[in-house]
Amino acid sequence: MAENIQITVIKNGSEQHFEAPDDVGLNLMEFLKATDHNEIEGMCGGMALCATCHVRVLESTGELGELKDDESAMLETLPQIFDNSRLACQIKLNEYVKTIKIELT
Amino acid sequence: MIQTDISIIGAGPAGLFSVFEAGLLKLRTHLIDYLPKPGGQLSEVYPKKPIYDIPGYPSVLAQGLVDNLLEQNKPFNPGYSLGQRVESLEKRGERDFVLTTDKGEQINSKAVVIAGGLGCFEPRKPEVPELNRFEGGKGISYMVLDPEKYRNKKLVVAGGGDSALDWTIHLSELASEVTLVHRSESFRGAPDSVNKVLQLSQEGKVNLLLNSNLAKVEGNGVLKEVVVQSKNNEDSRTLEADELILLFGLSPKLGPIEKWGLNIEKNAIAVNPEDYSTNIEGVWAIGDINTYKNKLKLILCGFHEAAIASHSIYKYINPGVKYTMKYTTVNGVNAF
Repeated sequence: MAENIQITVIKNGSEQHFEAPDDVGLNLMEFLKATDHNEIEGMCGGMALCATCHVRVLESTGELGELKDDESAMLETLPQIFDNSRLACQIKLNEYVKTIKIELT
Repeated sequence: MIQTDISIIGAGPAGLFSVFEAGLLKLRTHLIDYLPKPGGQLSEVYPKKPIYDIPGYPSVLAQGLVDNLLEQNKPFNPGYSLGQRVESLEKRGERDFVLTTDKGEQINSKAVVIAGGLGCFEPRKPEVPELNRFEGGKGISYMVLDPEKYRNKKLVVAGGGDSALDWTIHLSELASEVTLVHRSESFRGAPDSVNKVLQLSQEGKVNLLLNSNLAKVEGNGVLKEVVVQSKNNEDSRTLEADELILLFGLSPKLGPIEKWGLNIEKNAIAVNPEDYSTNIEGVWAIGDINTYKNKLKLILCGFHEAAIASHSIYKYINPGVKYTMKYTTVNGVNAF
């Protein structure tokens, strides 16, 4: 049986931990919203069109998938981005991801 | 003061369809939205995206759906207060509400529909000190409400997305000088817009400052100068500026609605699922902003809620009057 993905979320210094299955086709934004994690907005529903799920990826193991053009174009519109900026809606929770630690912006 | 039957806060699809449903019941409507144009998220966030779950449309572009809703509403000629945020809701008595916007406009209505989606789209602001000193007509703005305001002005635009590119192109015709400041080396917006901006730059009609960030704004009561720093902090330059437009996208906030005494659950307004009425008699909430058991945030559900709420409002506004629903196939649409 596949192991669950270990997700750590940091917001304002406090840390929350979640485990996500890797076979239900969710992205990180959708998963966090489904856990009643209120801090992430995901306004556009996952189209990489609003940047309300902007996160910083502090650590990860496995493969997160690369930054695609529409994601980097959207990040480019934000007032501030970082080398590790991603949109949570573009990070697919699949068998290639093992652990991920993110900070909400 | 503007007088109407129903004030509708939010001009997204649910708010727009409320105009039509209310119109069939001969109720007049007035829409208020913080964005400068109707359409809500559909127009602002994803106008060119196809939507596949609108009944009867195998696929419709988001902006196309908005255009159709506006066309459908024409017979009922709704009022609009656009580019304005409703700050307060006052219930003066039965069937007597006054909404006041941030621009001081007041709307008096018999009932209120809140169709505010995720709330107001507030602009994202860069971390530059003292921006607020020049907000509110003193030189700094976060959206373009009236392009004429920039005619013959020295203008600085900051941002790297489509709206920064598009407004730079448009305003280069009006302003005496336009400088576009962007953090990166290149733009990732729509290729046509990027090419046009580069062309305007080559023709000397737009000054492009790439790899640059805003560092400081200065002035005496009104904006006079914008200080821009290169990314590597080696170079800093001061630009004379009458106006600075900061275009870094919008982020939704529930905003003043939170303070109106409504039952709020997780950033949404709790409603009675029978008719989408709120805990304040005379106020309904429909679309993405409401919550009830088994709520689905879908446009088609917002349409359904608009119809149910409008009939409930008719009964509230006309107590004791029996209404028999008439189909549009029988009665057509009677304009007023």
